[in-house]
Amino acid sequence: MKSSVITFPGSNCDRDMDVALKKFGFKNKMVWHDDTELPKSDLIVLPGGFSYGDYLRCGSMASKSKIMKSVINFANSGGMVMGICNGFQILVETGLVPGVLLRNKYLEFICKNVFVKINNKTNNYFNKIKNDVLEFHIAHNEGNYFCTNDQLKEIEDNEQVAINYCDQNGKIEEKFNPNGSIKNIAGILNKEKNVLGMMPHPERMIDNCLSGEDGSIFFNNLINNLK
Amino acid sequence: MKISVIITLKKDVLDPQGKVIHQTLDGMGFDNVNQVRQGKYFEIDTKEDDPKKAKDKVEEMCKKLLANLVIENFKIIEVN
Repeated sequence: MKSSVITFPGSNCDRDMDVALKKFGFKNKMVWHDDTELPKSDLIVLPGGFSYGDYLRCGSMASKSKIMKSVINFANSGGMVMGICNGFQILVETGLVPGVLLRNKYLEFICKNVFVKINNKTNNYFNKIKNDVLEFHIAHNEGNYFCTNDQLKEIEDNEQVAINYCDQNGKIEEKFNPNGSIKNIAGILNKEKNVLGMMPHPERMIDNCLSGEDGSIFFNNLINNLK
Repeated sequence: MKISVIITLKKDVLDPQGKVIHQTLDGMGFDNVNQVRQGKYFEIDTKEDDPKKAKDKVEEMCKKLLANLVIENFKIIEVN
């Protein structure tokens, strides 16, 4: 399986993602934002970081960069595109997934482990995954998911919510919501379910000695779904 | 030609920064404030001389980049 990670000026989780993808069997290539063509890929990843210094709105500048035209075309033709953290912010700015990510409710940069409940397994990202709850890491200042009431209805009707913040038993309550996101939403899919944006970093949970293994569960499942 | 744009958050969007500024003003003794909403201001110096054309272009800029219309409104406030 081939993957590509896009590096924008200010990306800082691109190499972590590269390590993670390779560890679980992807042949990964790094792609610079100023390129116009994507290498042949089964999965494109927009990594975390602070692209363009978060100028104007997080992700807004990166969403207009040259490579993004190809990424948008790839997504619109059914290709799998996953945005993590700043990558999620870039995805909402392109309009590939609905909504926006506002500043965290309590104005704090949040850096900690969280539990997320998988809400939808009818997509290539979470299909066949045995776990219902995964422990991932979050590190963001603007992860407060927001959308209009009309959008929320559409998102729920189309089952586009991918994961919600919860406790370790999968209970979704306001007290387990780290950043003020509507309905504890941590990740969202497009209507066709080939584009996933999420704030948590699975690539930070791929080693038991350093952090945890729930990212390993995610990536193993992902590559098996793509085979 | 110079054009100014003001971007504000829509009414229903939470503005935690505005809230904190409000609380701070309160603490400083400015206790007659009802609400504070923080926004953005741009000055765009364009090569276009025709006011109508310049405004139309800036409107397009607002829709495509300067504002995110899910959460923000924009107002082109000045042409001179």
